[in-house]
Amino acid sequence: MKPQEYQELVKENSPPRPLLRNTLWAFFVGGIISALGQVVLDVAQGAERTKAEAAAVTLAVMIFVGTVLTAFGIYDELAEKGGAGAAIPITGFANTVTAAAMEFRREGFLLGMAAKMFVIAGPVIVFGILSGFLVALAKALILGLF
Amino acid sequence: MQYLIAFLVGGAICALGQLILDTTKCTNAHLLVGLVCLGAVLSGLGIYEPFQEFAGAGALIPVMGFGSSITKGMLSELERLGWEGLFTGAFEITGLGLAASIVFSSLFALLRKPHK
Repeated sequence: MKPQEYQELVKENSPPRPLLRNTLWAFFVGGIISALGQVVLDVAQGAERTKAEAAAVTLAVMIFVGTVLTAFGIYDELAEKGGAGAAIPITGFANTVTAAAMEFRREGFLLGMAAKMFVIAGPVIVFGILSGFLVALAKALILGLF
Repeated sequence: MQYLIAFLVGGAICALGQLILDTTKCTNAHLLVGLVCLGAVLSGLGIYEPFQEFAGAGALIPVMGFGSSITKGMLSELERLGWEGLFTGAFEITGLGLAASIVFSSLFALLRKPHK
């Protein structure tokens, strides 16, 4: 049996995923993380000069939170329940970086940890910058910002 | 009140993402990349800013906010520096978080063994 066929067989025979429960958990976990982010954003807006700086600090603080929770194994449990609710917030982005760094450390610091740290987060950065670049370039050309 | 809005909007985006994961063949990686691109494009069209005004962290914390921050940084640096801003602006807002994630992830990878 080919691996793909086996995968399909497993898929057919596994119980259907509880759609409603998964969605509610994702809503709850994602909502809590966003509300926590709002607390950080409020503090940052009081301390920073511009909105962009406040946003930058908020993203960094939430990334730090995600990193610490991952390092102590708490985020993995959160992700098991929350699914997309843990993956979509920026803390989930931090989680993938830290988890990969810790996981691949055993393959060495250079070719393991450093090389594979962004194995999941990398595509997000690459496509984020590509789409941002295209849309910013288009806007600059249309509005004649050059 | 702003906390409730952030909770509801951030939660709704995640719930929608979970529905996409559960009902289609879309993987986690595809979903995250799709959302970051969506955020970047909506920001370029000027739609994401009013949304973020309203939802606060509910719009910033989901990964769409990361994409939007990339575009926003590019556009503001474009005005300040000229064409160089299209490149340097990518990290204007996101750079702080990215460098922090590299530094602290390396630190914890040094200090702690993986779980499981």
